Amino acid sequence: MWHVLDSDQEMLRDMTARYLADNAALPQLRKLRHDPAGFAPGYWTAGAELGWTSLLVPEEHGGGSVSGRGAVDCALIAYEFGKAAAPGPLVDCNVVAAALADAGQGTAAAAEVLSGLLSGQAIAAVALGWAPWLRPDQAGVTVRRDGADYVLDGTVRPVESAGQAQWLLVTAHGAEGPSQALVPTGAPGLAITPLKGLDVTRRFSAVRFDGVRVPAAALLGEPGGARAQLARQIANAAVILAAESTGAMDAAFAMTVDWAFQRYTFGRALASYQALKHRFADMKSWLEASHAVADAAAEAVADRTPAAAEYASAAKSYIGDRGPELAQECVQLHGGIGVTYEHDLHFFLRRVTLDRLLYGTPADHRRLIAAIQIEQEQAA
Amino acid sequence: MSDDLEPVEDFRRRARAWIQANLGPVQPWDLDQNCENDAEELKAVARDRALQRKLHDAGFAGLCFPKEYGGQGLTPAHHRAFCEELAGHEFPSRFAVPTFSPCASIILECGTAEQKARHLPAILRGDEVWSQLLSEPGGGSDVAGATTSAVRDPATGDWIINGSKVWTSRAWWADWGLILARTNWNVPKHQGLTVFMVPLQQPSIEIRRIERLNGESEACEEFFTDVRVPDSDRMSEIDGGWTVGQRWMYHERVGHNSPWVLRPVGLKQNESKEPTLVAVARRAGRLDDPAARELIGEGQALKIVTHELQRRLASAAASGAGNTDLSSIDRLFRGLAGVRQATIALELAGGQAAAWSEEEEADTGSQGMRYLMRQVTCIGGGTTEIARNVIAERVLGMPREPSGDKGVPFRDVPRGPSRKT
Ligand SMILES: Cc1cc2nc3c(=O)[nH]c(=O)nc-3n(C[C@H](O)[C@H](O)[C@H](O)COP(=O)(O)OP(=O)(O)OC[C@H]3O[C@@H](n4cnc5c(N)ncnc54)[C@H](O)[C@@H]3O)c2cc1C
Repeated sequence: MWHVLDSDQEMLRDMTARYLADNAALPQLRKLRHDPAGFAPGYWTAGAELGWTSLLVPEEHGGGSVSGRGAVDCALIAYEFGKAAAPGPLVDCNVVAAALADAGQGTAAAAEVLSGLLSGQAIAAVALGWAPWLRPDQAGVTVRRDGADYVLDGTVRPVESAGQAQWLLVTAHGAEGPSQALVPTGAPGLAITPLKGLDVTRRFSAVRFDGVRVPAAALLGEPGGARAQLARQIANAAVILAAESTGAMDAAFAMTVDWAFQRYTFGRALASYQALKHRFADMKSWLEASHAVADAAAEAVADRTPAAAEYASAAKSYIGDRGPELAQECVQLHGGIGVTYEHDLHFFLRRVTLDRLLYGTPADHRRLIAAIQIEQEQAA
Repeated sequence: MSDDLEPVEDFRRRARAWIQANLGPVQPWDLDQNCENDAEELKAVARDRALQRKLHDAGFAGLCFPKEYGGQGLTPAHHRAFCEELAGHEFPSRFAVPTFSPCASIILECGTAEQKARHLPAILRGDEVWSQLLSEPGGGSDVAGATTSAVRDPATGDWIINGSKVWTSRAWWADWGLILARTNWNVPKHQGLTVFMVPLQQPSIEIRRIERLNGESEACEEFFTDVRVPDSDRMSEIDGGWTVGQRWMYHERVGHNSPWVLRPVGLKQNESKEPTLVAVARRAGRLDDPAARELIGEGQALKIVTHELQRRLASAAASGAGNTDLSSIDRLFRGLAGVRQATIALELAGGQAAAWSEEEEADTGSQGMRYLMRQVTCIGGGTTEIARNVIAERVLGMPREPSGDKGVPFRDVPRGPSRKT
């Protein structure tokens, strides 16, 4: 998180922080543990009014950022989400909204989907599966042309909030390469099966496409030509997930520092043992580094610099690695209470672990960076 | 700051034009500060002095130093712009650390008017290279535990220094040293220190080279035998040296990341002679190995994170959001990142790292030897353990370590034996 925000950004951040404190405090989240959606009706639409889904969408498409750098503003929101372990499909809705806006002069249907996302009335899920950009041969969903239509087959999982979504942005592989289509969740041949998941409030499903037929107009971009837009979606997601994890790391760390001062063993506070102080120092350095790279990635993606993809993947891989490591250290330093449901720490451990796994693991993103490096050195 | 400063972007354009017209491409001896042998090293030293002089004569030396001491009186933003434009060009690398930071930075902050007038213009002109004499055979982490003594000669008012300092980088060809010495043994350790400036190349100082395990020997050990220092070369109050010492520690932690230090910046620019990880993997024939690719990506991500952390901490300092102790976060991170990078390179090189030919060493270097020297990044400039103590105690506010010397006259503090050779 930036040390200096302008007053509009500060207001954006503060309104979300206060809204989450009132509507998504941890005792409230505990009650949602078995709720099928993971959040109360109205929670998402009110959040959308605070700008949760419009920051990556330019004004001409009905969105708007407060600083002119949408990814930066979006990271501010995501950071607050992490700090509160807040519910809601923040990543997917923003990724899809940005993708629709990027696609520009879409169909009337696409414009309607976008306006639904912006108002929070509609939810869109991203049916991407794990790292298909690295392993197209293992793609879960395939696409083939049939007359004027396209037909989708296969299974993709995990897909967030598919059970609540009206729309799915599915990435499918075909003879010409990856294509993306926007599919209504009610389409014939489409089956959504809820899965168990790591987070207390975020829900996941397996989505099966059984000869699901969509018109050519449902395609986002050219058939077989989705690689570049996919990369942008991954970068947007990486920025949001990195910022969210950083917020969760901050919360877990602050909680554990407090505990170190309160908890006494052998007549001394935990905070007085050098062996533990050094571990806190290491964690503090990971935390500052996570802030630094999360912010830098958001700026690079907002400004679409040549290094944007590399920065997004650097943030995703570094924070995806250090976030869970920090949270587990916090568990260890709490002792037995750290692995209970009763304690709050697990909300943040869950969040950083989930964020590590979605949209590519650290290893996936490292390979992505390596590919960029190798390409650059070969070009040089 | 005065209002009539040249706007940063105008300055940048002017700097770019001058750099491109006057500075050649970056050279291997800029990147890796130690040359193959002493003759080459001394040639590089002479070259760096000439380069520093060239910057000076063109009005680009000491950008953030006040004009009255030969500097340009500009801001850290101007400095940064210059460093960015410098990327890819030769620069006087031997003046960076420790001459400009910590030495010149401390002279500027703590020196007397005469000392500043005497030394700062000389440093900016390329006439003086400095060393820092802190660590002693008896210990380096406990800097304030120095036992090198300075005793006043009542007849002349001069100070007489005896004792030894160690690990001093490049003292064998440096001109001056900043030295922390004990002037009072009857008070607790922090209250009996004084800082002096000494010309290093003189008969009463014996300088021995120390060979490191990789065969290089830039480090020195100095033996002071009745070294006479005039009182005008005393830089702190008598027994008040720790006030200077604390600023010294700060500048040492900041190191190359300081607005007083000229150094090309930018990620694209290779800041060391180390080959890229892609080059190491290619030589090992492992470019298509997914495990190797993960290591390449991890190394590059870590490089980005290290760079961005420095920027963040600098911006925290500039915005007033951070105190000077935050620099120890950068110090800790750089140390551990350096260790990881060396390990990644070893891993990528694979079995090839065990033995290599001359041409390979010139081409992709020796990842095995780099690995053997790995911990240097966690020791030099204050260890990572000390950085952890600082972060825990002064950033997070945790209780201080118990110490055996608090409130005890230094004379009575338990001390281990010094290494005597
Ligand atoms: C490349 C390089 C360049 C250097 N250049 C210079 C130079 O120009 N001038 C100069 O004066 N010195 C220089 N040094 C010396 C360096 O500053 C010292 O080596 C360093 O401060 C550690 O001191 P020491 O070696 O005496 O180790 P010690 O202080 O004896 O420490 C030994 C070990 O104990 C740990 N330790 C010590 N105290 C504590 C504590 N309180 N809590 C936890 N752990 C502790 C240390 O971290 C270390 O691991 C250089 C060193 C290197 C490697």
